[in-house]
Amino acid sequence: MKWIKAQWRETLAHLDLPLLLIVCVLSGIGLASIYSATASDGFWKLDRQIINMLGAAAVMLTVARTPPQTMMRYAVPLYVLGVVLLVAVALFGIVVNGSRRWISLIVVRIQPSEIMKVAMPMMLAWYFHKHESVLRARHYATAALLLAVPVVFILKQPDLGTSLLIIAAGFFVIFFAGLPWKVMFALAAALGAALPMVWTMLHDYQRRRVMTLLDPTSDPLGAGYHIIQSTIAIGSGGTLGKGWLNGTQTHLEFIPEKHTDFIFAVFSEEWGLLGNGVLLILFTLLVGRGLMISAAAPTMFSRLLAGAVTLTLFIYAFVNMGMVSGILPVVGVPLPFISYGGTALITLMLGVGILMSIHTHRMLVKK
Amino acid sequence: MNSFQHAEQDIERFRRRILLSGAFVFLCFCLLFARFFYLQVMRHEYYATRAESNRISFAPVMPNRGSIVDRNGVVLARNYAAFTLEIVPSKTNGLEETIDGLSEIVEIQQKDRRRFKRLLEESKNFESIPIRTRLTDEEVARFAAQRYRFPGVEVKARLFRQYPEGALAAHAIGYISRINAKDKERIEADDQEANYKGTEHIGKIGLEAHYEYELHGTVGYEEVEVDAGGRAVRVLSQTPPTPGNNLTLTLDAGLQRVAEQAFGGRRGSLTAIDPNNGAVLALVSSPAFDPNLFVDGIRFDDWDELNNHPDKPLLNRAIYSTYPPGSTFKPLMALGALTTGKRTTYQAINDPGYFNFGNRRFMDDKVGGHGTVDMLKSIVVSCNTYYYVLANDMGIDNIARFMGDLGLGRRTEIDIPGEARGILPSPEWKRQRFKKREQQKWYPGETISVGIGQGYNAYSTLHMAHALANVLSYGRVFRPHLVSSITNPSSGEVRLVEPQPIRQVALKREHVDFIKRAMAGVVQSGTGARAFAGAAYTSGGKTGTAQVFSLKSGQKYVSGQLRERLRDHSWYVAFAPVEEPKIVVAVMVENGGFGAQSAAPIARQVFDYYLAGQPPSGPAAEDESGEDEGAEHDLVEEHAHEMD
Repeated sequence: MKWIKAQWRETLAHLDLPLLLIVCVLSGIGLASIYSATASDGFWKLDRQIINMLGAAAVMLTVARTPPQTMMRYAVPLYVLGVVLLVAVALFGIVVNGSRRWISLIVVRIQPSEIMKVAMPMMLAWYFHKHESVLRARHYATAALLLAVPVVFILKQPDLGTSLLIIAAGFFVIFFAGLPWKVMFALAAALGAALPMVWTMLHDYQRRRVMTLLDPTSDPLGAGYHIIQSTIAIGSGGTLGKGWLNGTQTHLEFIPEKHTDFIFAVFSEEWGLLGNGVLLILFTLLVGRGLMISAAAPTMFSRLLAGAVTLTLFIYAFVNMGMVSGILPVVGVPLPFISYGGTALITLMLGVGILMSIHTHRMLVKK
Repeated sequence: MNSFQHAEQDIERFRRRILLSGAFVFLCFCLLFARFFYLQVMRHEYYATRAESNRISFAPVMPNRGSIVDRNGVVLARNYAAFTLEIVPSKTNGLEETIDGLSEIVEIQQKDRRRFKRLLEESKNFESIPIRTRLTDEEVARFAAQRYRFPGVEVKARLFRQYPEGALAAHAIGYISRINAKDKERIEADDQEANYKGTEHIGKIGLEAHYEYELHGTVGYEEVEVDAGGRAVRVLSQTPPTPGNNLTLTLDAGLQRVAEQAFGGRRGSLTAIDPNNGAVLALVSSPAFDPNLFVDGIRFDDWDELNNHPDKPLLNRAIYSTYPPGSTFKPLMALGALTTGKRTTYQAINDPGYFNFGNRRFMDDKVGGHGTVDMLKSIVVSCNTYYYVLANDMGIDNIARFMGDLGLGRRTEIDIPGEARGILPSPEWKRQRFKKREQQKWYPGETISVGIGQGYNAYSTLHMAHALANVLSYGRVFRPHLVSSITNPSSGEVRLVEPQPIRQVALKREHVDFIKRAMAGVVQSGTGARAFAGAAYTSGGKTGTAQVFSLKSGQKYVSGQLRERLRDHSWYVAFAPVEEPKIVVAVMVENGGFGAQSAAPIARQVFDYYLAGQPPSGPAAEDESGEDEGAEHDLVEEHAHEMD
């Protein structure tokens, strides 16, 4: 009994209230939207998502209690494990919908690229921490290489969405570690020049997605259908929305993937510009709190990790809402804490847990 | 500057970048908000209209499926337009009542109801399912007058697939049928969902399946304004579909018909190939079926009959069923011996009528043996002993390598799905085929039965025709193909299927010419002579007999006493004319007895038609009087048909 009480107190001590509050509100919005999106096929998805959330919350609490120093110890093994599994996927992976992303470990099928989303920023933050204040060009080059290796494997699967998220997470670490601006500009210029070459390397379906983004009406039955229907849903929502459970686009089955990647269209149709504004404010607060935590973090490792994790959350939200509203290409990125799905939720909550841990352990380091 | 100052500077820069990131995030979210504002306030009216009252929907417009014609333009698959009566179950007020009501206006038989029920199980509730096809004009008019009574029921003009020649070349052409869950998976895997919106039929087997994406065409669509009930109010814009490409075959429909009729309903298969380019001239699997039965969704009793018929008409024997080739293997063995340098044509053996190996005795079919036998004689009289000795000298690895090069025991890559690899026996194959250690061992005695085309050997007629064609073209291997060109009906552009050799087998011209002479000898004075007496052209051939089961030693094989199903399979491989071969055939008649008895007369009719333009007067008769040859029934063979 005593032990349980002590554990409870320890857990509470490592919670960050603002973060917890924001995540709870977002999850509530998510459940309400999933309820609306899946009302026609019964409530089992809602039940499943609640279970997913409880599981993810447990992960968050556990991570929040884990000191950043411990995380540092896990950085290298986790990264190596991720790379090994990615190689295994390339060799013996299971093909689902034309992409080789999954690997079967006797009982569970796991997607190693998901591990990389956490392992990548940890690894790079660890690497820069090791070489703190003696950073030279070659350190940045090594970091870029550490980033490139797994990304190449994930691009090969092919999984453009996850690759972009991991590139972003890795880049944020390098950026916060102090990559000089002139190098960044040079890279951006080189990238612009290389774009035509990348175009030729893309898979047909990826090219079509980009083309469809530029002109969704060019393929109204295929790839453009998603964007056209989700734009109609958002636009028809108007200022105040059609009201919860009243979205016609949603309930007449016009929106595909409506409880996963396109759930924002459901929310937006039913809650209108007002709801969207609230959602944007919540995400701004989430990112703001994360950046504050990172600015106050005591060590190089925790600074870089917190910064990268926070901006990754932002990328998730921005890319998802951007694609659903038709200003970014359709890549498989969920809306954080809102979209249905256990794996993504765990990854996200893990990120929040890391932020909480970094914040609540900051004093201990100084001592 | 010490490292502490360094660190301080780093932190300063870090905080600046954090601040910058915050500003960037804010900017991005502002951008999103601007987009939402644009969609939800400025363009709200437009989108609200699209979502609510006048929902715009895209109706797919089916492309016309490509036609299939033979090399002379005979139409083998085409489309015709007809009216169908279709029901969308989710829109009716009670499905049973609707169908009962309809049956008062148009004729709806019990079989139509049964088929509808089956389609209903395979479809979603909001899909349009036909209850009656091929309505007469009068029925259409009667329904139109009463239409208001039947919500969810509509008359639609649809294109139907038709195979005007019925069962002719059914296995090669294949058929289309309604898309099922498995087809959907294939369409998704091939990233073709968009193009198959609204498509209800897909090629299931044969050319219809292999060339599905050529034949299908590109879907068009109409942008229609629909009212709240989902009915189209008007068409806003239209993108016409692009019709599918037409296939011109290498197949000769006349030859195909002659070949099919020559079987007279007996079970078996025939493959005819042009050795100069790999063009398939005829591909027969007997008995066949009428592919038209499948198009509208096959009726249950039809399906039951086809599927459970003991002769298995749905099976494509020409590419899928494999049998030991028997003595038709011998010319290939002889060529292998010449090519690998294990024999010259002059080397002869003395045949005592048997070959002793270890403590086993392999028998020749002729009691007392053939006397002195050189290579030419070995083929003409089909001497087993010669090949027992030869197989033993060559060794299984040499045999397997050479036959593999000729195309046996692997897929020929013909352009229809479902091809069997056949079995080219080798120690390597045995290791992979069997799990138990003791079964994996290769016994030298097995090599000996392989030498006369028995043992584990198993090939389709496609394999044997392909291998012989590869020999006759002096080792140039062509992919057997049924399509000679693909025509785009809109642009008129024609893509030819170029017959390029895919590989080259190192064969010496004089060796091949010798084999041709020896096979010509079979027709002039050997086991094929009776079937080809009086032919207006020269030809070469080789008979073969594949044993269905092995007799215990001492028993004498008497085909008349055995049930029909236990009779041997009859083989004949042949080519003509001898000087410049234009056609190669491999014929196999299941339980047809020995090779000269059933298979050779079929080849005769095919050649008569193709080379001399002589149509046959009826099915090829069995020649009971011929001499059995090459059947090895006194062989000590325990394993021959323990295989699956």
